[in-house]
Amino acid sequence: MVFFLIIIGLGIILCIIRMIKGPTAADRAIAVDTVTTIIVALLVLLGFIFQRYVYLDVSLVYSIISFVGLIAIARYLEKGI
Amino acid sequence: MNSNMEMIGTIITGVGTLFLLLGSLGIYRMPDVYNRVQAGTKCTTLGAFLTIVGVGIMQPEWFWKTLIIALFILISNPISSHVLGRASLKSGIPLWHKRVVNKTEEFEKSEDSEQNKEPKESNK
Repeated sequence: MVFFLIIIGLGIILCIIRMIKGPTAADRAIAVDTVTTIIVALLVLLGFIFQRYVYLDVSLVYSIISFVGLIAIARYLEKGI
Repeated sequence: MNSNMEMIGTIITGVGTLFLLLGSLGIYRMPDVYNRVQAGTKCTTLGAFLTIVGVGIMQPEWFWKTLIIALFILISNPISSHVLGRASLKSGIPLWHKRVVNKTEEFEKSEDSEQNKEPKESNK
């Protein structure tokens, strides 16, 4: 189980490097989208490791809020507010 | 029976985490915004789906709730990536310089013709 957590942590670190380097704003938005999807999976895995059922609710709400936020970012990139 | 299910769930979760790592490697390595959208979204959707369903197989009481989360990711992730690609195309980010074919010009022409048609009809 700890091996899976290490793999997911490596993925998050790669995305954060792209988020710092990215030449345009769209690159950073894509990196944020990927990080949120990875974190939803990470929350479910942590809920299994700690045996807490509440983490599933947290990951569901987190995925909904990240979806709405990303739609708002894309609309800002397309037309301005 | 129980340990068998746990082994299957562990294998599925491991494959899912590998897909998550490959997706973020694509985010890091790809040369263009649109290539990054492709690599990131496909690999991450499959990886998150496999990871969450694998946890649901390991813990059978949680199966239906994990299936709901996985289905929501399966629906919402392609929508958000499509919206981001469309926004980056409309905000004028160029394609990669080694591209072979560029069909976005036809898209822009059709958008322009549609925008030109609408005010004429409203004037009549």
